[in-house]
Formats: sequence, structure tokens, C-alpha cells
Amino acid sequence: MVFGAILAGGTGTRMGLDKPKQFLMLGEKPIIIHTVEKFLLCQELDQIFVGVHPDWMIYTEDLLAKYIHTDKKVILVAGGKDRNETIFNIVERIEEMYGESEEHILVTHDSVRPFVTLRMLHDNIEAAKKYGACDTVVAAIDTIVVSEDGEVIKDIPNRKNMFQGQTPQSFNMSMLKKLYYELSIEEKEILTDACKICVVRGVSVKLVRGEISNIKITTVDDMKMAQAML
Amino acid sequence: MLNSVYQLISPKIISIKYQDISFEDEVLVRPDYLALCHADQRYYQGKRDAKVLRKKLPMALIHEGCGTVLYDPTHTFQPGEKVIMIPNVLSTDREDEIFENYRKGSAFLSSGRDGFMREFVNLKPDRLVPYKEIEGKIAAITEFVSVGMHGVNRFSKLAHSYKERIGVWGDGSLAFVVSSILKYRFPASKICVMGKNADKLNQFSFADEIHLIDDLTDGFTVDHAFECAGGEGSAYAIDDIIRFINPQGVVALMGVSEAKVPINTRDILEKGLVFVGCSRSGREDFENAVDFMKDKKIQNRLNSIIYETEPVEKLLDIHRVFSVDMNTNFKTVFQWKI
Repeated sequence: MVFGAILAGGTGTRMGLDKPKQFLMLGEKPIIIHTVEKFLLCQELDQIFVGVHPDWMIYTEDLLAKYIHTDKKVILVAGGKDRNETIFNIVERIEEMYGESEEHILVTHDSVRPFVTLRMLHDNIEAAKKYGACDTVVAAIDTIVVSEDGEVIKDIPNRKNMFQGQTPQSFNMSMLKKLYYELSIEEKEILTDACKICVVRGVSVKLVRGEISNIKITTVDDMKMAQAML
Repeated sequence: MLNSVYQLISPKIISIKYQDISFEDEVLVRPDYLALCHADQRYYQGKRDAKVLRKKLPMALIHEGCGTVLYDPTHTFQPGEKVIMIPNVLSTDREDEIFENYRKGSAFLSSGRDGFMREFVNLKPDRLVPYKEIEGKIAAITEFVSVGMHGVNRFSKLAHSYKERIGVWGDGSLAFVVSSILKYRFPASKICVMGKNADKLNQFSFADEIHLIDDLTDGFTVDHAFECAGGEGSAYAIDDIIRFINPQGVVALMGVSEAKVPINTRDILEKGLVFVGCSRSGREDFENAVDFMKDKKIQNRLNSIIYETEPVEKLLDIHRVFSVDMNTNFKTVFQWKI
């Protein structure tokens, strides 16, 4: 089966607001609702899970009841202390409900990327089925510079080889689970990105073409940009 | 729901508009295959009058396509069901007698309103016709076939019963579709196709007669005629038709011309001809087109006028499709995977 895991565990500290950014209004609906709607529209996803900070579970439940009126239900799962913990709380819930399977595919996505398209979701699912893991990216537009101390440049890699990571990131669920539970506590602290877990363990991660419009709304400027796009 | 709409903002420039749409009483459809029409190409190339372009752009092009139902709050369709999209926006003005495509207040998607170049299309359930057993790339041109159906339907209501020879002027896609429908609806009639290009005429393998227009002589006659030439060919085609048609024949005008066309009214009066203008189509014509296209033989025939180009996966591919279409004799269709 194919599962959607929308990650909304953040508490919005970067915006300095009283509410996590995924709950801010974009047009006539909160950002997270736009994201959930697009996932619900994707026929290849069998079930959608949303990982939410425990303090915001009831609020999210109310929002879903207010805005989403489909037969397909969305299941809320309490988020963990970081991104991967939230993902694995969702994995646990999936296995409680549907059992373990080598075939399960997990499409993880930031709740604050509402401009995700059906094409990106489709390409993710296909790539995860074929390659086991994939990451959505766009070619880097700016030159990327490397600095280890934040003071001087150590290297300027060839821009042709540079991409900016977005989401969705999608995986064969049992493969990702195996890799994650093999990590030490220290590694778990550092490897906060699920694709990076695959990379450091030598698993190829297929690139899926994203879109520049698939922005992550994390700052006030991002929010202004998203509002201007509508 | 956020939707991406691929709009032509000025000739050859396409930009994405993001739109938050509500859809309480509308079906959401993901386009599978789309087909280009001359009208789209004229907008894209900037060949419409500057005033028209100013008034109608920006807008998403394309009004021919089939898709898959994603979500239907009205429960008319099941998710996954294949449908043809009808681009008419209905008006109910004099609906008891006037066809939906001619009613005052009716609108048309891709003519002043966004066409089907969107991530998904939201339409009322009565703007969708379900289909099965038709290959997607052929189903894509159903709107085009329905226009032919509409022309033939209007003709059959007006024409006298002497239909031994029906003439079709034109050797392009419209002439091909109209001739195919005529052959199917009037099997006892001889379908005669007149064109300028021998190669294109040879494609009309099912026609009873094909003629180069320059070879027509005074003895040639038809009982009724369809003008499917359009453009600069319209005037010549209409002149020929008036010359060769038998008295009281019906002439269906179906080709679009940007310029005004002079017509020999003296001979129209003398022969008592009936001229009927036909454009676009309505739901009934779409349903008739789907019925017609269920026949595998018809699908094979239509396949011969379809050129399927590579799928559209990103914005730049849209420009490629329009460029490919400039060098294609018949219909350009493509998968919409953007």
C-alpha cells in the first residue's frame, strides 16, 4: 500500500507567531489544509497520515473537520521531538493498522509546502517503488559556496552538480525502518533528514524533479511570496 | 484546493497561475490526454486580432481532452472513471429551442476563460461524458468529433431526402471527421471529398470519390455539401459548392475564416439553397461522438489523423507541442503529465 505522511510537528518558532506556520491562512484556508487536500486528491495514496505536535492535535482535528469533507479520512498522529521521530510515529501507526509489508511505500512531505503537485506525488511513488528511496529536488540557481567556519569559503562546488532538496521524500517503508533502527542515538541526533539516512548507509536515492514554486513557507517573507503567488 | 493553471499571457509566453478553487458542486478531473486545435494555435502564435488578444488573454489554452475523475462531491462519478470534458459553460437562455453552443450568455473554456491546461479541471457533472474502451489518445479528440457530429446532425434535420451524393470540401482533419461521420450515418450515399492536396486526400480511404478541386468539371454534382476548408480556402470552397450543388441543397459551413468571405448570392437564390452555420457542439453531440467512437474500425480510422507527440511534463514542453503542431498535417495530441 502507499501512505502519505504529512509532517506538521513544528511549533513555528522561526516566524515568531503565536501559532505554528502550517496553521496560517493562505487564501481562504490554512496552509496545512491545502497540503492535505492535494494529498487526498492523489488516487495512488491509500491513506493519509498527519504528524502533529501533541499540543496542536485537537486544533488540527477541528480544522480537518471544518475544511475537509471527503469520504477518505485523514489520521492524526502525535509528532516526535524531531522530523524522523514524527515519521516513525507514523510508521508505527501504519503497521498497527495495516501490518508490516515489504511493499509499503511512504510519501513524506512538509505540511508547509502546499504548492506540491499531483505530478510530483506520482513521480515520487513511482521512484520509491522502483528505487526504494527518492528525494524531490530542483537544480540550484545560485552558486553554492562551502564554508566550515562561516567566515571564509572552503570550496565552490560545480553548480551543475548542486540541487536544492524539497519534499516529498519517499521510501520503501520497511527499508527505511531497518536503516533507522540500526542508527545509534548519536547518529539519530545528526541524521535528521530521512534521505540522508539512506545516503550514509549507501542506499541510492533517486532524484525526482521538483518545482521552484514548491516553496517551503517558513519565514514571513515566504508567506508574503506564497500570498503573492495566489 | 491549490491548482496550477498554465496560461498564455501573450503570444508564445506561458506563465503559471496558482489558483485556490472551491469545488462543492464540481467534479475534479486530472487531464490525461489533450489535443490542439487551430484556434489554440492562432492564439499561441498571436494570429488573432490584437483587440481579441487583449480581451481574452491571459488564459489557459486547449478545449479538447479526456481525463480521469479524482474526486466528485456530487457522487455522479467514481474516482478513477474516464471522462471527456465538455468546454461549454451553459446558459439557459431559450434552452427549449436553441442549442447550448449558440445560446446567448454561453461561454467556452479556452476562449476568454481558462481551458484545460491545468493541473486538474473542475467542472459541473453535466460537463463530463463517461467513456470506456476508447484509447486515451483517440478519446482526446472527442470534442473535435462532436463538432462534426453537430454539423451532420443539423444537416440531417434540414436536408431533403435526396442524398445520393454528399460533397465535403476540404482535406484536413475536420473534413476527415465529417466525411467519416457521413459515411457512417448515410451508408447509402456517395461521399465525395474535394481538396487541394493529393497526399492528404489519399488519407480519405473510406470516401467513395476524392477529387482535386482543379479537376472538377461542369458535369460534377452533389446533392448537399459541407464546407470544411476554412481560412483562405473558404471563399473558393463556397464558390465551388454553389456552382456544383443541385437545387435546394443544404450547405453546412464549418470552416473558420478570419477574413470576410464574398458569396455568390445570385446563384444561392436561383438554386434555393439552404446555408447553415455550425460551430462547436453540445452535450448530445459529445454523447453521439462517444457512441460513434466505440467502434474499433472508427478508432483505427481516427488514429490515422492523430499525431501523438511526447508527453508534456514541464512548462517548456508546452512550447514544443505548439511547435510540433506547426509541422503536423492533422491533429496533435499529447499526454498531460505536468
